[in-house]
Amino acid sequence: MSENGEVLVKVSGADKVYRRGSEDLHILDKLDLNVPKGEFLALMGPSGSGKSTLLNLLGGIDRPTNGSVEIGGDEISMLSDRKLAWWRSRHVGFVFQMYNLLPVLTAARNVDLPLLLTNLSSKQRRKQVELALDAVGLSHRLDHYPRQLSGGEQQRVGIARAIVTDPSILLCDEPTGDLDRHAGDEILDLLDTLNREQGKTIIMVTHDPHASARASRTLYMDEGKLKTEKPE
Amino acid sequence: MTFATLGQRKGSSFASVFGIAGVVAVFVGVLSIANGFRNAMTATGSPRNAVILRSGASSEMMSSLRRESGRIISDAPGIVMGENGPLASAELFVVISLPKISTGTDANVPLRGVGDAAFDVRDDIEIIEGRRFEPGKNEVIVGRAAAAEFAGLQLNDKFQVGPNEWTVVGTFTERGGISESEIWTDAKVLGPAYARDEYFQAAYVRLKDADTFDSFKDALTSDPRLRVKVTRQTDFYSEQSTGIYMMIVTLGALVATLMAIGAIFGALNTMFSAVAARTREIGTLRALGFNGLPVIISILIESILLALVGGSIGGGLAWWAFDGYQAATINWQTFSQVAFAFDVTPSLLIQGICYATLIGVVGGLFPAFRAARMPVTTALREI
Ligand SMILES: Nc1ncnc2c1ncn2[C@@H]1O[C@H](COP(=O)(O)OP(=O)(O)OP(=O)(O)O)[C@@H](O)[C@H]1O
Ligand SMILES: [Mg+2]
Repeated sequence: MSENGEVLVKVSGADKVYRRGSEDLHILDKLDLNVPKGEFLALMGPSGSGKSTLLNLLGGIDRPTNGSVEIGGDEISMLSDRKLAWWRSRHVGFVFQMYNLLPVLTAARNVDLPLLLTNLSSKQRRKQVELALDAVGLSHRLDHYPRQLSGGEQQRVGIARAIVTDPSILLCDEPTGDLDRHAGDEILDLLDTLNREQGKTIIMVTHDPHASARASRTLYMDEGKLKTEKPE
Repeated sequence: MTFATLGQRKGSSFASVFGIAGVVAVFVGVLSIANGFRNAMTATGSPRNAVILRSGASSEMMSSLRRESGRIISDAPGIVMGENGPLASAELFVVISLPKISTGTDANVPLRGVGDAAFDVRDDIEIIEGRRFEPGKNEVIVGRAAAAEFAGLQLNDKFQVGPNEWTVVGTFTERGGISESEIWTDAKVLGPAYARDEYFQAAYVRLKDADTFDSFKDALTSDPRLRVKVTRQTDFYSEQSTGIYMMIVTLGALVATLMAIGAIFGALNTMFSAVAARTREIGTLRALGFNGLPVIISILIESILLALVGGSIGGGLAWWAFDGYQAATINWQTFSQVAFAFDVTPSLLIQGICYATLIGVVGGLFPAFRAARMPVTTALREI
């Protein structure tokens, strides 16, 4: 337990090694990270430094080569693929740089996707979807397809999809990376609101100091470890 | 759930749809040939009729029976009595050569000499033009298919075979049966012309009912004076057609299999590019917590849908192009021409569609498993 309260994310001694040809790439090197519940954490660092790799470990779509990843007290790196998939559907929301919406589905149907893995009735699902789209200010865009929405709007649909199952943690990989300043600010406002008003723990990878300034803490990826100061 | 969504886009699938359509068209087409051939061979055989050959003979060509045997056969129990005696026709079967209309080259036609009772035994025979031959005269009637296939077989035409000249006095049908590929005359005229007065080749008899067959057969085969083989006319025709039917089916299966292998590669290719195009979507779905199964199912369903579209087009094409198409082939049992119509049946179309579905499953399975197995992070990195 840190002084800020309950620890939600606890990474200890995590290594991630990729093989490229005959060479081993140590992308994460005995990395430690503690994130208290309710924190808005920004991760920065040069391209290729392993930010996305770390986020993937936290979201349970990848496993560390060594070390442990505990989320909410669960050691997720030990779960089977099946259990891990189920765990993801309950506990994390992903927000992607390129939104990753399904182009053939309307906004509402995109947001509905994670709910298909629950046993809610279609009526309950409908209600959850409307609430989520309302929270991102898109209740008037339910039946629009992604191509009929601006980038900022698409990202807001992406956020609605991430929060529709009410996960405790949101993992955002460069959520404003593809948006102009104005649309990006709206997304950051939205994340800020979700963090403050709904208590979501947010971990956001970004290259933009303007974005990281909105977070409560910023860590820097450097040589496979996280630093509190921007390295020279 | 998600497969419905993945199935909506088709993109590059045109080629494989047409590939599968081609396979199914060939598949259905070939089987319709076999079907039509069998139809012609079995269309008119009546279960009430029996065909008697010398035992050991597999076709009329190879059979010969003596005149006395004919009398013993017609006296056997179970044969229907007509006004002029039992309905039994002792027949001669020779093969003559005539020029084909299509190519001008000679091909074989069966010339059958029949007894007086022949038209009562085979009551499907119908004269559609002219009249029956007169007993004792060098007159013939010609089956509709033979008349269409060979030159010089129209009404009032005369043709020469060896020293004999024959006059066409009528054209007949047999509800699409094999006799339509034959020429008929009086056995009493044909016998001397071919020096066969002392024997005949086959007897056709009409029985009181279909159930009489067994006792009739027993009576003949147990008679010490005879060495004969007794077959129901329906079975006789299907036996005659089995060889060529199997040959057509085997050849067709071979061609269709080769084409199917091509089509499977086409489908594989289509499905791989479809999967590649949506790798990131698949990665996203799996990141959201969907496991591999919906991905596999969706890709399979899409692949099967493509195959079904292709299969329907191919089946329709085959039906439109082939159904009822008139053709002729050699009957290897008698080395003469048999005319028949391609027959595309609903059951053939269903078989064709099943075949297409199989191609779809095989073509979709591999890409589906690959997509489902790909690490989520790899799928998400795809652009
Ligand atoms: N599956 C993989 N196989 C091999 N190497 C990989 C794999 N995934 C990532 N890498 C490598 O690991 C390194 C870190 O990748 P990562 O995506 O985590 O970087 P990043 O910090 O998110 O960069 P960016 O800011 O460009 O998004 C990169 O050099 C990348 O090429
Ligand atoms: Mg990255």
